[in-house]
Amino acid sequence: MAETTYLEAIRQALAEEMDRDPAVVLIGEDIGVYGGAFKVSEGLLARFGWERVIETPISESAIVGAAVGMSYAGLRPVAEMQFIDFIACCFNQITNFVAKSHYRWGAPVPMVLRGPCGGGVHGGPFHSANPEMYFVHTPGLKVVCPATPYDAKGLLKSAIRDNNPVLFFEHKFLYRRIKENLPESDFTVPIGKAVVRREGRDLTIVSYAAMLHTSLEAAAELEKEGIDAEVIDLRTLLPLDRDAILDSVRKTNKLLVVHEDTRTGGIAGEIAAVVTESAFEDLDGPIRRVTSLDTPVPYAPQLEEYFLPNSAKVVAAARELAQY
Amino acid sequence: MASTLTREQHLELYYYMRLNRELEEQMVRLFRQNKIVGGLYSSFGQEAISVGTAYALGPGDWIAPMIRNIGALLVRGFKPRDILTQHMARYTSPTLGKDGTSHFGDLKSRHVVSPISMLGDLIPVMTGIAMAGRYLGQKIVTMTWIGDGGTSTGVFHEGLNLAAVQKAPLVLIVENNQWAYSTPVERQVPLKDLADRAKAYGIESAIVDGNDAVAVERTAREAVAHARAGNGPVLIEAKTMRMRGHAQHDAAEYVPKEMLEAWKKRDPLDRYEKFLNENKLWDAKTKKEIDARITREIQADVEFAENSPFPPPELAGQGVYCDGCHTVEADWKRPKEEVMPPRSSVKPEWPLKQFGGNGARSSPANKVSPKSKPGKKPARLAARAKAGR
Repeated sequence: MAETTYLEAIRQALAEEMDRDPAVVLIGEDIGVYGGAFKVSEGLLARFGWERVIETPISESAIVGAAVGMSYAGLRPVAEMQFIDFIACCFNQITNFVAKSHYRWGAPVPMVLRGPCGGGVHGGPFHSANPEMYFVHTPGLKVVCPATPYDAKGLLKSAIRDNNPVLFFEHKFLYRRIKENLPESDFTVPIGKAVVRREGRDLTIVSYAAMLHTSLEAAAELEKEGIDAEVIDLRTLLPLDRDAILDSVRKTNKLLVVHEDTRTGGIAGEIAAVVTESAFEDLDGPIRRVTSLDTPVPYAPQLEEYFLPNSAKVVAAARELAQY
Repeated sequence: MASTLTREQHLELYYYMRLNRELEEQMVRLFRQNKIVGGLYSSFGQEAISVGTAYALGPGDWIAPMIRNIGALLVRGFKPRDILTQHMARYTSPTLGKDGTSHFGDLKSRHVVSPISMLGDLIPVMTGIAMAGRYLGQKIVTMTWIGDGGTSTGVFHEGLNLAAVQKAPLVLIVENNQWAYSTPVERQVPLKDLADRAKAYGIESAIVDGNDAVAVERTAREAVAHARAGNGPVLIEAKTMRMRGHAQHDAAEYVPKEMLEAWKKRDPLDRYEKFLNENKLWDAKTKKEIDARITREIQADVEFAENSPFPPPELAGQGVYCDGCHTVEADWKRPKEEVMPPRSSVKPEWPLKQFGGNGARSSPANKVSPKSKPGKKPARLAARAKAGR
C-alpha cells in the first residue's frame, strides 16, 4: 500500500469499520459535507449517507449523550470532538454517564470519542490541549494516544470493536507530518499494550503521541554521546501497560518520562509511583520527567516553543540521568 | 372525560398508582427504621404522571425515569422488590448494591435506561436511542422525565435541540412540581408555562393537569403517536405539586402551608378513584381486592429485601469494564443493505430549503406599523441598550 499519513490511517479505519459493520455510525460537528475540521471524515458521507454520518448542532454534551443512547441500542458510534479541547463541554456526560454505566448497572457503552489534541501548531489556549489525564483518572474509560499511522489505524479499529468507551486522542501535529507503509490486510493493535520503539541499555525513556518522535530524535542524539536509550511508546494510557515499563526499567535501571501534557498530574507522576512501588530496588537514579510547563498552552510561537518539550530538553535530562 | 382505555386498563392504572404510593409510604417507614441506606425521594402527589405517561408506551419503547418516577418503573415491569433492594443496598438489587434509589435499568428486555443524578443528561441519551431506533427500523418512541428545575440545565437545551433537528421520536415529560429543591419555579424559569420551552425548538408541546391520570395518559398517548409517526419530539408539561420535601431529610418548611392545602384537594389518587366511581368502572369490592393485592405484594417484597444479604465487599473492585460479560447487538428491523454502500451513497451536498434573509418581510400584509406590538420590542431593546451604555 502507498505511504499513508496518520490522518489517512484514521480515515481508513473509520471507512473499513463502517464497511465491515453497519452498526458503526459517525456523529459530530461538520463531519459530513465539509468532511470535518481536519477532513478526517472526508468522503465518508458520500459513501455511507446521512444516516451514518450524522451532522449535529454545536452541542458537545448532546453529541456524547446521543452516542451513549446509540450504544445502548446496540450501535457502535464514533463521536468526533472538532478539537479535543471542547471535550471539557461534555465532561459530565463522559465522567458520570459514560464511565460509570457498566459498573453501576451493567450497561456497556461501546462508543469511541475521538478528536485532535496537542500543540505545536500555534492553536493557542483553546485548540492545543492535551486533556487525557482528566480521563485517565476516570475508571471505566479507556484512553488511547497513538503515535504512528499504523497504530492510529489499528488502535482505532480496536477501539470501535471494544465494548467499552474509548477516548481516542489524535495528535494533530502528526496528522500530515508522518507517513508509513501500511499492510493491505485488516489489522488491529491491542489497547493496553505499550511497545519498545528503540532498544537500549543505559536508560528508559517512556513517552507517547507526538513526544514519541521527540524522544526518538533525542535518543539518536544521545547515541552520538555514547548513551544508549531505550524508548517505550505507551500507546494506551488507560489501562497502563505497567509490565512494559517495569521490564524496561529493570533492564536499564533509569527512567525518564517525556510527555506534552502539563507537569502536575501528568502520567509521569503515576508512572513514577508504579516504578517506585514495584521496582525501587532496580533504580540507580531518580526518576526524571520532561513535560510542558504548568500553564495554559500559549499562542505566540516563541512562547509555545518555550512551553513544549523538545529533543534538546530531553537530551539534557537524559544526559544528567545517565551520569548516576 | 373521554378515554379510550378499557375497564381492565383503567383498573391497571389504579393498581400502579396505588402501588407507587403505598410502596413509597412503606419506604418512609423503612427509612425511619434506618433500613434505607441513602436518600429517599418521594413522588407523593405525582403518581398520575409517572404511571399515566409510561402506560401510553408500547413494549418496544424505551424509558429513562428520574428519581420521582418509580411509577414508570412499575409500569415497565419492575417489582417492588427491585426498588426496595436498591434503596436498602442489597446484593439482590438490580445493581447488586453498586447504586441506589431508582438508579437502575434493563437494556435488553424492559428497555429502561438508568438515570444519573445530574439533570438533563438523559435527554440527549434518549434522543440517541430514538435516532438509533429509527436507523434500525424499529419504529420506537423514547420517553424521559425532567422537573421544572432541570429545564434550566444546558444539556436540557442541547438535547432538546438535537432531538428537534433530528426529528427524533422522543417524548419529554416536564413535571412542573413547583419546587426545585427549595427554589420555587418562578425563580427557576421566568415563564408561566414551561411548555413554552418547546417553542424555542419548533416542536410540539402540550400542557396537562398532572394530577388527572386520565388526561395525562391520553395526552401522552397522543404525543407518543405523534412521535412514532415521524413528526418529531413532543414536550408535555404536567402541572403538579411536590407534596413532600425534596427528599426524606427535607421538612420543606419553605413551602407555604396554604399551597399544600390547596393541592391536597387535587390529590391524583382521590381524583382517579372518584373518576372510577363516577364511570362505574369498579365497586368497593374490586377496590378492596386491588388494595389487598398491593399490601400482600409489598409485604412479601419487604420481607424478601430484609432477608437479602448485603454485597460481598470485594464486589467493589469488580465490573468497571466489560470484559466480554455483555454482548452488544442491535435489533435490526430493516435490511442492513440499505445502510451499506452502494445503497447508502449520497451526493455530499446540503439539501437547503431556503437561502435565509435579513428578517424583513416583503408582503405588505405583514408590514409592521410603529404602534403595533412587534414594533415596540426593538424600541425597548434599543432603550435598554442605551441605558446599558
